[in-house]
Amino acid sequence: MSDPGWPLYEVFLRSKRGLNHVHVGSLHAADAQMALRHARDLYTRRNEGVSIWVVASADITASSPDEKDPFFAPSGDKVYRHPTFYDIPDSVPHI
Amino acid sequence: MGFDTAYEAITEESGDQRWAFGTGFADPLAGVDTSVPDGVAGADLAAYCLAIGDDALIMSQRLQEWLARAPELEEETALANIALDLLGQARLLLTRAGHADGSGRTEDDLAYGRGPDEFRNVRLAEVGDADFGGLMARLLVFSTWRLALLDRLRASADPVLAAIAAKGVQELTYHRDYAAQWLLRLALGTSYSRERMAAGLAAVAPLTADLFADSDLELRLSPEVAPRPAELRAEFDEVLATVLGRASLAWPDAPARPAPRGEHTRELGPLLDELQSVARAHPGATW
Amino acid sequence: MTEALDVTEALEQHFDEVVARDRRIEPRDWMPEGYRKTMIRQIAQHAHSEIIGMQPEGGWVTRAPSLRRKAILLAKVQDEAGHGMYLYSAAETLGADRADLTRRLITGAQKYSSIFNYPALSFADVGVIGWLVDGAAICNQVPLCRSSYGPYARAMIRICKEESFHQRQGYELLLTMMRGTPAQQELVQDATTRWWWPSLMMFGPPDTESPNTAQSMRWRIKRHTNDELRQRFVDMTVPQAQALGVTLPDPELRWNAERESYDFGQPDWSELKRVISGDGPCNAERIERRRAAHEDGAWVREAAVAYAARESKEASA
Repeated sequence: MSDPGWPLYEVFLRSKRGLNHVHVGSLHAADAQMALRHARDLYTRRNEGVSIWVVASADITASSPDEKDPFFAPSGDKVYRHPTFYDIPDSVPHI
Repeated sequence: MGFDTAYEAITEESGDQRWAFGTGFADPLAGVDTSVPDGVAGADLAAYCLAIGDDALIMSQRLQEWLARAPELEEETALANIALDLLGQARLLLTRAGHADGSGRTEDDLAYGRGPDEFRNVRLAEVGDADFGGLMARLLVFSTWRLALLDRLRASADPVLAAIAAKGVQELTYHRDYAAQWLLRLALGTSYSRERMAAGLAAVAPLTADLFADSDLELRLSPEVAPRPAELRAEFDEVLATVLGRASLAWPDAPARPAPRGEHTRELGPLLDELQSVARAHPGATW
Repeated sequence: MTEALDVTEALEQHFDEVVARDRRIEPRDWMPEGYRKTMIRQIAQHAHSEIIGMQPEGGWVTRAPSLRRKAILLAKVQDEAGHGMYLYSAAETLGADRADLTRRLITGAQKYSSIFNYPALSFADVGVIGWLVDGAAICNQVPLCRSSYGPYARAMIRICKEESFHQRQGYELLLTMMRGTPAQQELVQDATTRWWWPSLMMFGPPDTESPNTAQSMRWRIKRHTNDELRQRFVDMTVPQAQALGVTLPDPELRWNAERESYDFGQPDWSELKRVISGDGPCNAERIERRRAAHEDGAWVREAAVAYAARESKEASA
């Protein structure tokens, strides 16, 4: 199945009562315009008048959450550079 | 403000948990005088509201068939939104019809109690779609036409119709945009999607003439209560030309005899059978 | 070598401390591989359950017997799609990929709540599913709002707020039907009889047969045991059944004044095993529907990707 899949976008909302945009989750879309419409569909069904930002997840650069902690990897990593769940083939036993 | 508080501000609701739709749901008919205006024939107003109410009801029903069948989860949400918007318009319009003709029939009496020969929707609303491309073609045509109509109905002499139209315009603007975006993506995506999009247009083109044919009812109601259907053609053509132009698609050659409202395809019967099946199995029951 | 082990040990200790203090683990935190895998599996299964859960009730939207019920049910099923998306999004913060999780659901490599393998045979089932199935889900889910993994806990807060309307609407439908015609009352009683035991099974096997519970509790992925939640559900639901005027199909159900709780019979656990392993009434149908939607929609998704690529090429030209 050569399904290219839609990339991941992070969604930020500012409610009419809030002061800043807050991260509420992510969704998939083929491009940013579609992502904005999807975010409107998914996150504003119960609240009107929110401001929506969408950012491609790949464009987000994140620091480590605990800067003081000497054990964490250097900051400035991309968000999704984890060993993924699917690196190991199913045929490998005892994993 | 801690993170959790800000987040919860976004999910905060009115606290009245009986409402399905939470905050931001305002009654579009709040404060509107519901008596039939002087000089307007109640029977005509009712027949008109029933017709455009049926359009929304039947179109919504077709969209509901896409539940758990949409091409992606995000499209499930979008299609359900559109179906809910149209259902909401249908409920208000059917209620208006039952009030305006003095019969007191409710939205449910009208939705569940009539047979196919009594429905007044256009054929475009009732036909099924071969695939998602077909659905988008039909939705684009329907939404573009209906938006043009509701836009003009905001000035209707009937305050209820005007209020319904005012709310509907916002909704239809979104529906039209959604369909247009998909038309572009499918037309300019892959060669297969382009083929399917063209096929979708070919399927709905013959049904489009129905939308702009003036009937006696509409001639009597214009210009104060409702516009003549023919007046909507110019805006419709312009919007479609713009969208199709960007998509490099041609509007199919589709000479067709326009059918008057009340003339239906074979598809309406089975659709209504399903819509009405449970209600008819329990005559007189409250749900 | 020893240094690396020390670092891992220290990271694990830090992780354990954060969890023990009831603080949240966030996507960028170090976490034991077992925690990550368990979390992905649990969140994914929860997400799959929401999506598959659209089907039993979704099948009644076109036939809803009043326009108000139609709108309510459509909104509810739409919510379920949304909940699935919130949860897939939480799983993706752990490095999973939604398309991959969908493939695993379709091939049967990942599961969903077995409750959705039962058929919704009448419109009364819509009400009973809202009352019992969403009721049980709420029992499970409210504690998860304090689950240790941040994105999951936050998704659960949003879901719980939305789900409280689901249960109320289901119960309201049943109240209306029980005050209605004899035929309606019969439908409600019949649906209750069919859904009661499967709802109890939603909490999983008895604690004595749940080997993973201890680790999940330590990691604060799970906040209460299966039996604790099941008891809570029974205690909340019995009075609701009494208010409705339906009989729950358990001859052993009785109030125990000493425990201040209801005694109740044990579900047929062999049935749960069978249904989980694929032998329920609707397993094949549920997966097939999801598979068909996903595969039939591939050309649409591909078109959107091709269009986006073309647009971005033109933009940078």
